[in-house]
Amino acid sequence: MLLSILLQVATDIGILGKALTVAITVIAAGFGISKIGSSAMEGIARQPEAGGDIRISMIIAAALIEGVALFAIVVAGFIL
Amino acid sequence: MSTSLSAEVVPQAEGSNPEAAPLDAKELILEHLKDDYEWHIATYKNKKISIPLPIILYSKNSGAQLFSSAKFDQNNGCYKGFYISKTGKYKGKVVETDASGNEIRPIDLSLTKNALSLLIGSFLLIIFMLFIARAYKNEPVKPKKGLVGAMEVFILSVYDDVIKPVVGEDYKKYRYYLLTLFFFIFFNNILGLVPIFPGGANVTGNIAVTLTLALSTFLIVNLTGTREYYKGIFWPDVPVWLKFPFPLMIIIELVGLITKPFALMIRLFANIMAGHAIVLGLVSLIFITAHMGAALSSSMTGFSVVLIIFIYFIEMLVAYIQAYVFTIFTAIFINGARVKPPKTEKSLEST
Repeated sequence: MLLSILLQVATDIGILGKALTVAITVIAAGFGISKIGSSAMEGIARQPEAGGDIRISMIIAAALIEGVALFAIVVAGFIL
Repeated sequence: MSTSLSAEVVPQAEGSNPEAAPLDAKELILEHLKDDYEWHIATYKNKKISIPLPIILYSKNSGAQLFSSAKFDQNNGCYKGFYISKTGKYKGKVVETDASGNEIRPIDLSLTKNALSLLIGSFLLIIFMLFIARAYKNEPVKPKKGLVGAMEVFILSVYDDVIKPVVGEDYKKYRYYLLTLFFFIFFNNILGLVPIFPGGANVTGNIAVTLTLALSTFLIVNLTGTREYYKGIFWPDVPVWLKFPFPLMIIIELVGLITKPFALMIRLFANIMAGHAIVLGLVSLIFITAHMGAALSSSMTGFSVVLIIFIYFIEMLVAYIQAYVFTIFTAIFINGARVKPPKTEKSLEST
């Protein structure tokens, strides 16, 4: 009885793993991008004439984080 | 993403088997995201309205074949021994069976939905850009208005803000590739968001397309790299034991060479595909709740429509940002491969 329930859970645990992977990745990526955004805004507010350079660097850093997050999501979606 | 939601999803008898969902949202989303042999537009009263596309095959058994994809529908899904596989390794691809009954795949050069969309997109882009270029050729001095003027601002924003500062002094050699790259990705992203015929295919959300783009970036970056760039990869300035008995640094550099275009490929693919999947998921929410009572279904419909419009605007922003990011990363990689020899001695002499 217990064993059969456990076996049934074991088949679903993969889905749980995928969901957890995606959730943790999204939290982490959101945290990282929010830090970049807040620092960039502070930087632009302090020095508005450097806004263009800061914006380019911000997009690059955000895209790098996003790339890592998308790696994790692709791995979770297609490989796990 | 095409607007074709099949008509079978209209409400079913309530209280029947709750396990048998009337709409398999996952299947529907995957079906709309994938490439196809015909361009399905709508299903009306169980009749499929679609544009048939040519299927070009080279099979070992019967040689080269060219026929329309409508032949599959006319002949119950099987024509000249070819059919579209329903399950297994080649699901959704044209296959034939060999003597022992196994499914084998012929060499498939069919003009599929994505390929046609790619051709249409490129053709429209060339026409559009040549039209703008002609306006400048005819009257180079006169300030431009309307579409041409707007495109001038757009092109110059990419050219002056991305290409010139990021690539550095050799930007003239690379500007054609970078501008083409930007407008190709941007135009195809936007075309993918148009739900009716010329758009709607998931072109830049197809990993083969982004692979080609990333591969051309890889080739351009590495074929035009300087001697110092290759020295940095194969003989970097690190302790010798990291290079000769155990080439750790060289392995790391070579892996970095591959991961850069790989990240470009995954980023564009996943962003565009996820955008299409979100819109399709929200659309299928309407059909999932369709048989759950009037109040829930109508409120969910309104909610979905509002969210879809919101996501569509986000996707237009993403279409621009992803084209921008792809271009800027290509420019950064090019800049990284144009390493100049150090000029320390000269500066010492001058001081």
